[in-house]
Amino acid sequence: MELNDSLKVLCGLSAVTGREKGAASQIAALFEPLCDEVRTDAFGNVYASCRGEGRNPRTVLVTAHYDEIGLVVTGIEDSGFLRFAAMGGIDAKTLPAQEFTVFGREPLYGVIGAKPPHLVSAEEMEKVIPIDDLRIDIGYSGDEAKKRVRVGDVVGFRFPVIEMKNNRMASNAMDNRSGVAALLETLRLLKGLRHDDHVVVAATVQEELGLRGAVAAAFSTAPDLGIVVDVCHADMPDAPPDDQFPLGKGVAIAIGPIVHPARTKEVIELAKRERIPYQLDPEPGDTGTEAAALQVAREGIPTILLSIPCRYMHSTVETISLDDVRGTAQLAARFIAAGPWKEKEGGTTC
Amino acid sequence: MNDSNFVEMIASIAQAFGPSGNERNVREVIEPMLSGCVDEVRVDALGNLIAVKKGAGKKIMLAAHMDEIGVLVTFIDEKGFLRFGNVGGVSPFISVGMRVIFENGTVGTVWYEEKMDSMKELKLDRMFIDIGAVSREEAETMVCVGDMAVFCGEAVETNGRIISKALDDRAGCAALVALARMMPETENEVYYVFTVQEEVGLRGARTAAWGIMPDMALAVDVTDVGDMPESHHMAVSIGKGPTIKIKDSSIVCHPDVVSRLRSCAEKAEIPFQYEVLTAGGTDAGSIHLTAGGIPTGAVSIPTRFLHSPSEMISVEDLKGVVNLLAAFIQAGEESQEEDLSSGQDGEDTNDAGEN
Amino acid sequence: MLNPYELLKELTRLHGGSGDEDAVRDRLTEVIRPFVDELHTDATGNLIAFKKGTGSGPRVMLSAHMDEVSLMITHIADMGLLRFRTVGGIDPRILIGKRVLVGPDRLPGVIGTKPIHLQTAADRKNATKLKDLRIDIGANDKTQAENLVKLGDRAVFDYEPVEFGDNKLMAKGLDDRAGCAVLAWLLQERYTFDVYGCFTVQEEIGLRGAKTASFAVMPDYAIILEGTTCYDVPDTKEHLMSTWLGKGPALTIMDRAVISNRPLVDFIVETARQNGIPYQFKQTLSGGTDAGRIQGSGEGVKVATMAVPCRYIHTPVSVLDRGDFDAMRRLASATLKRLPELFGRT
Repeated sequence: MELNDSLKVLCGLSAVTGREKGAASQIAALFEPLCDEVRTDAFGNVYASCRGEGRNPRTVLVTAHYDEIGLVVTGIEDSGFLRFAAMGGIDAKTLPAQEFTVFGREPLYGVIGAKPPHLVSAEEMEKVIPIDDLRIDIGYSGDEAKKRVRVGDVVGFRFPVIEMKNNRMASNAMDNRSGVAALLETLRLLKGLRHDDHVVVAATVQEELGLRGAVAAAFSTAPDLGIVVDVCHADMPDAPPDDQFPLGKGVAIAIGPIVHPARTKEVIELAKRERIPYQLDPEPGDTGTEAAALQVAREGIPTILLSIPCRYMHSTVETISLDDVRGTAQLAARFIAAGPWKEKEGGTTC
Repeated sequence: MNDSNFVEMIASIAQAFGPSGNERNVREVIEPMLSGCVDEVRVDALGNLIAVKKGAGKKIMLAAHMDEIGVLVTFIDEKGFLRFGNVGGVSPFISVGMRVIFENGTVGTVWYEEKMDSMKELKLDRMFIDIGAVSREEAETMVCVGDMAVFCGEAVETNGRIISKALDDRAGCAALVALARMMPETENEVYYVFTVQEEVGLRGARTAAWGIMPDMALAVDVTDVGDMPESHHMAVSIGKGPTIKIKDSSIVCHPDVVSRLRSCAEKAEIPFQYEVLTAGGTDAGSIHLTAGGIPTGAVSIPTRFLHSPSEMISVEDLKGVVNLLAAFIQAGEESQEEDLSSGQDGEDTNDAGEN
Repeated sequence: MLNPYELLKELTRLHGGSGDEDAVRDRLTEVIRPFVDELHTDATGNLIAFKKGTGSGPRVMLSAHMDEVSLMITHIADMGLLRFRTVGGIDPRILIGKRVLVGPDRLPGVIGTKPIHLQTAADRKNATKLKDLRIDIGANDKTQAENLVKLGDRAVFDYEPVEFGDNKLMAKGLDDRAGCAVLAWLLQERYTFDVYGCFTVQEEIGLRGAKTASFAVMPDYAIILEGTTCYDVPDTKEHLMSTWLGKGPALTIMDRAVISNRPLVDFIVETARQNGIPYQFKQTLSGGTDAGRIQGSGEGVKVATMAVPCRYIHTPVSVLDRGDFDAMRRLASATLKRLPELFGRT
């Protein structure tokens, strides 16, 4: 499958954070032809392993989370409208006039509407509508709605993938299905490359709730090196300039306390050598990515963080460039195959 | 156990002194209650009380926390007033005029600096405790900086409900004790765990879970309700049965555990409610992240006036919790698999998400 | 016979921003040509059909507007992002995270927002202003965008109809493709009096098409077929809900543009009662329809407005109840059939 097609398939899956299980088998099926073994753990983390050919292989863990932000039903009103709360970092501004799938006893179509502008005062228009004031309309009366939906059912965005100019694509789930697509591409590239080390590629769960899936993945795979693939903020007119990594200009390589300095230096050198476009991403804090969890998992895992620039993160129109996804995979695959950390092991101080 | 014994048991556990990190008194109340009902009792390094009923089946961990919120003396002024900080979630507004009691029996009243433009400015650092001492020296004969106190709130039964301090989470502890004393027949190995330091960050459960490495776990704790006049919205009411937690800010409960609880409740005809708590966490949060991850859920007791000295629960709800836990630990594997295949949680129905 | 509901769905798929209604007009022309005696498009773009009556009587105009709310590109900004203004009333707050098609080539684009991670506390509280929104078509830079898009190009919402819930339909542009579908269906019938079926343009920017159409037709009576505001959602005061979904077509007594002809409204109510068709009165006085323009034509026209309640109009995800749509069709048809009775009374 071409990269854009697999990304479309991935974006079409629904995996609201904490309730990803239904998508796990489909991600496993995408991994299957590209690796030696696929397994799914109790939480829904999907692991694909490729055996290394070296004599003393180590283990490299490459993670990208596949959960997405969504909503959870907190009440069913007598009028049939659903109350809800956020699962993950939902921006209330992105909710009005949006379509959803409510995962009730059966999946149901739902819509969050908006008051017609004829009835909105100028004053009201200045304010963001708080989440508590919004409802999901599933088109059923209260009694019928209660038969079909329970408190606790999750709700996912329903938004098709939009293909735009310059290999750019938009979807509600680019954070982080674009990362999972990069995992697939990495596996595909690794088939054509010799790698001494075992590679475990993990599509992880519950990142949006606080990196919870990665904690389990790091523990159970006990890797010697971690590579985290996630998204970072792309260029936007109204965002701070130091938080912008232009779309289509290559993978952003994080530099900062939470990533391993030597491994990061090596991956940058490799990108230069192989002429893979990249951008430097200075990260003074913990990044909020799975790298933060991997770094301090077990006895500590040397970790690097590769990010795909993404515009409008946590909205229905998260936009990425396919070129960046491809570049990210190339860099990850080459880095794994080159295994630069081994030769230098003795000489590196870090 | 008849009703009045049950209520008495809840009250005696609830009234024990046990702010986070000082749970010894609670442990001493609970431990004898378990004698003869379990095979082994141990206390770990943090103070968690772990009672085991052996079995050849799955290891199931049930956790309720022993600690309660309280205050910690940070400074004693020259006139003998105590300044204090919070241990766990203490609201300044609820604290005004309340009595607190120290482990040694010293009692004091909580008050605030009256020179304040508006009560909106009320913060704990503008409040103090008066223990009747007239000087620092005198106060220091009664308490020391670093001492903890808890809010006073005697246990009262009223119309099938109990009002007391610390029902969060002594009610959960009482449920585990009642369950252990029922000595339910089960293949499974059951760990009755009374944890410490939940109110300050789910700390005891973390080490307890690591030590046990259960196959499955449940936290048993109190939860908020939305059934009072002009409450914030929450689809949980007191008196309508235990809740099966879907999520809070510390966990999204494992779908297999949720469905096992649901099928147990349905089979045993125990009324239950689903709980989506938008703020707050439980021991389940730290248990499920142990090692490679432990499928974890939670059963909660709907509770009014949380983190006040007058928390209120329904006795029937608590009995429902005990019965639900009994069904849960007795359930075989088949009940779980059956539910998984039904796909009713929507996890297996992804196509609709596509477009 | 036409299937009015299928026609409705088909019409909502077409794009027709105000002043840019060609696609809708072309399709409607094809659909109604076989039923009508004369058909022409006037200078403003209204599609006007004439159907000779079997007897004599006053001239009756039926009207529905073809246009829908849309966006217009007003500036090509740095980074190749497109600034725009709304054509018709759109609450800027509903534009975030929407998909649009830009220009005659229908280039896919999206409207983004500053991510929540980068928003300040004030950003989170204050609504994003229209001037701060951009359409992103994936252009690399300004030059590339300028080659792809021209100033004045339209952007339309890219949303497909969905049937859901209990007999509900979600679609963009239900206001007023619902009226268009009913009007096309009504034109299949022959009446005793002369009927002018007017599919008007530019309603959303000031009832402009109806002005010229009614001038040309100079009717005695006019019935306007609309999709109207409905906000029967929780926590709204009942008197502010405007209309209710599922309670039948809404009749307007008064809005910002018109006070309906009371005898005509009463006649419609009488018809509804006789035929057991549900109806309701629109409760709010906001908004205005083509009825305002038509009423003021020439020496004046007796007008009434009949509308399908639509939740969330002027967003890409408006919702109607199929029962209401069907009831409006039946009520309009029954009214027309016995309209000669009313002529006798006045």
